[in-house]
Amino acid sequence: MIHFPKLNINTETLSILLVGVGGQGTILASNVLAELGLNLGYDVKKAEVHGMSQRGGSVISHLRWGETVYSPIIAQGQADIMIAFEKLEALRFIDQIRPGGFVVINDQEIVPVTVSTSDVVYPDDQTIREKIAEYTPNQYWVKGVAAAEALGNAKAANVVLLGAMSAMMGMDPEPWLDVISSRVPAKYLDLNQQAFYKGREAVES
Amino acid sequence: MVLNEEYKPMKRLLSGNEAVARGAWEAGCSVASGYPGTPSTEILENFARYPHVYAEWAPNEKVGLDSAIGAAYAGKRSISTMKHVGLNVAADSLFYVAETGIEAGLVIVSADDPSMHSSQNEQDNRQYAKFARIPCFDPADSQEAKDFTIAAFDLSERFDTPVLLRLTTRVCHTSGPVEVFEQQQQLPEPGKYPRNIKKYVVIPANARQLHPVVEARVQDLAKYAETSPLNRVEWRDKKLGIITGGIAYQYAREVFPDASVLKLGMVYPIPEKLIKDFAAQMDAVIVLEELDPFIEDQVRAMGVTLFEPTTKPEFPLSKSVFPIFGELNPLIVRNAAKAAGLLNGEAEELPNALQVELPPRPPSLCPGCPHRSSFYVLNKLKIPVNGDIGCYTLGVAPPLNSIHTCGCMGASIGVAHGAAIAGDKERHVAVIGDSTFFHSGIQGLINVAYNRSNTITIIMDNRVTGMTGHQQNPGTGLTLQNRETIEVDIEAMVRACGITKVLTVEAYDVDVIEKTLKQWMKEDEPAVLITKEECALLPSARKQYLPLEVTDQCNGCTVCFRIGCPAILKSEELDPKYNRSLAEIDAALCTGCEICAQVCPRDAILFRDQVRAKQVN
Repeated sequence: MIHFPKLNINTETLSILLVGVGGQGTILASNVLAELGLNLGYDVKKAEVHGMSQRGGSVISHLRWGETVYSPIIAQGQADIMIAFEKLEALRFIDQIRPGGFVVINDQEIVPVTVSTSDVVYPDDQTIREKIAEYTPNQYWVKGVAAAEALGNAKAANVVLLGAMSAMMGMDPEPWLDVISSRVPAKYLDLNQQAFYKGREAVES
Repeated sequence: MVLNEEYKPMKRLLSGNEAVARGAWEAGCSVASGYPGTPSTEILENFARYPHVYAEWAPNEKVGLDSAIGAAYAGKRSISTMKHVGLNVAADSLFYVAETGIEAGLVIVSADDPSMHSSQNEQDNRQYAKFARIPCFDPADSQEAKDFTIAAFDLSERFDTPVLLRLTTRVCHTSGPVEVFEQQQQLPEPGKYPRNIKKYVVIPANARQLHPVVEARVQDLAKYAETSPLNRVEWRDKKLGIITGGIAYQYAREVFPDASVLKLGMVYPIPEKLIKDFAAQMDAVIVLEELDPFIEDQVRAMGVTLFEPTTKPEFPLSKSVFPIFGELNPLIVRNAAKAAGLLNGEAEELPNALQVELPPRPPSLCPGCPHRSSFYVLNKLKIPVNGDIGCYTLGVAPPLNSIHTCGCMGASIGVAHGAAIAGDKERHVAVIGDSTFFHSGIQGLINVAYNRSNTITIIMDNRVTGMTGHQQNPGTGLTLQNRETIEVDIEAMVRACGITKVLTVEAYDVDVIEKTLKQWMKEDEPAVLITKEECALLPSARKQYLPLEVTDQCNGCTVCFRIGCPAILKSEELDPKYNRSLAEIDAALCTGCEICAQVCPRDAILFRDQVRAKQVN
């Protein structure tokens, strides 16, 4: 049984969905979560789709921890946690979350090319917040890019999100930083540690 | 497999593809040849990094399989990898090696793509195993992907047959813990190359002798299947028994935790006695599998009675409970089981659909993509375009809308030629990438030249195999294992095919592409335009990025929006005269390819030189 008091989650299998846009660093984040799960002693499955969808399209990773994990895919409406690297993608995939599930949203806007070539508009923040609230009251917005830019590298936004998630789950930073450290180049280690703590602060404050 | 005991296994997170590569290496496989194709590509990319192995990208799957067969004839354990549709290309070779057998183990990997995440169809390649009478393994996770690969080499040698290792996207691209061993299996050096004409020369006289051998082999394999550790029964409640294989096993366990399961690791041939004994002990038996009723048809043919659902699915054929198309998942399986009366309760209600229209985010040509200019011109000139498989297939998407057919690898030139010989009133253009041209496009071009149709072909040479994630190919000067090699000269190759009207241009040059096509449309002979520019995502291209800028000359005319570049945004600022959104360039995405600057009628987008001059001032 996996127990996260802070999230009020008691589950045989913890299901985490990562959504974003191709090229945003979702792969690193899902790799960190998979390895973290393994280090914590769980069975782990991490499912991604490669190929065509990566060309600027919506991307989605399924990640599951548990005693024994069978299906690699999280069924619709069953995700305990969703990490959205981009606001529009948070809304696009919100029906994947279970009622009362937790959503971490990176406050970043990447406008799809279909906006400049059609009349469909990019939804404003209020619309996104309200629509998400119809599915779950638990949404955390994190200024991941701004925090990472303040540290000098916008690309560390994905690690800011991991930090936010670790705090949200009520977990100690060490096991997370162990995995992150093993996966980023040594010269970026300091940056990534700072980014991770920025993310924690965003939730704890 | 014999291992030195001091090598203790450790658990590592591996994708199914990484696990197959690992398994092949641990099994002593030392030769690999294949062609990239999602979801199979990472198998060879990973295998190539192991010590003491040879791995290559072949120009197509057939050449890859022939090469692996040749290595297996020469006594080396060999593997050939491809996506499901690649096995169509390699099918001729599959059928002869099924007859001849091999000297050392040969594993053929087919990575199927249920739900067509990156494919033109979702054919179920387990059917090829039955068709060619060879054993088929269907792993359910990464651990099995590794174990089954090793077992496949052993079985291949034991029964003198190639083995089809059939994967699916969710096995290929799901990572899970795998026990790995550090030591490669030690194999004896191969002996002298066989001079076994009756076995390896399939002239009719020999082939007639080989066919009964193949049929007998299938029977022997079916006997082996009865006791093979690849197939196992998990006894639980006997009210419901599930016969399953591959990824569907995971859904069986998740949705029916109490049911007994007969898990088939080898899905062809299948063990008749094991299945009948299992079925006899159950109150009801179902088959749970993705796509075709492959196991189900075989089980029914044995005379086993399967559970009859109260409500049949929409497309029953012989599949009784679960859908015949698309990838399964726990929700689909649960709902199908409920509809069939296997589980209590109504189908689960899905969360409410989102009540707001969102801008879609389909895959699209990247900012700076050198294919964009040709598609802009083709769309502008309203030319019917016969397309091919690669990144440039995305030329079909709005606003470019400039691909009108696309079937399979290498089809473009033949289909365009077909329109010409049918006397179609419009002149057609075939569009094909460098790697696809090497794969199977060149034969179409030979046909155009030989039979003198007036087909125009654009070969979009972006110096890499792009869509599958930057693999080397015969035009790049490097091999899969990063050895320096020749670069095939596409223009010389086209001329050698008998095409005399050939021009190589810079792919970003909109004006030259437009003028050339317009001129060629007036003439009546075959012609090839090679648009050459490296993929904008290659590291060497990234070093050249220089974001462009929009000046106050912009009046929101929307011409630049029509090139479909993700870096060009609608500004919130409106043109005062026409009240239209002005164009804005996202500096984080723009590479400075200058296609937009070329098409802008008001010179409102600065070229690179102008941007540089402005920066200096």
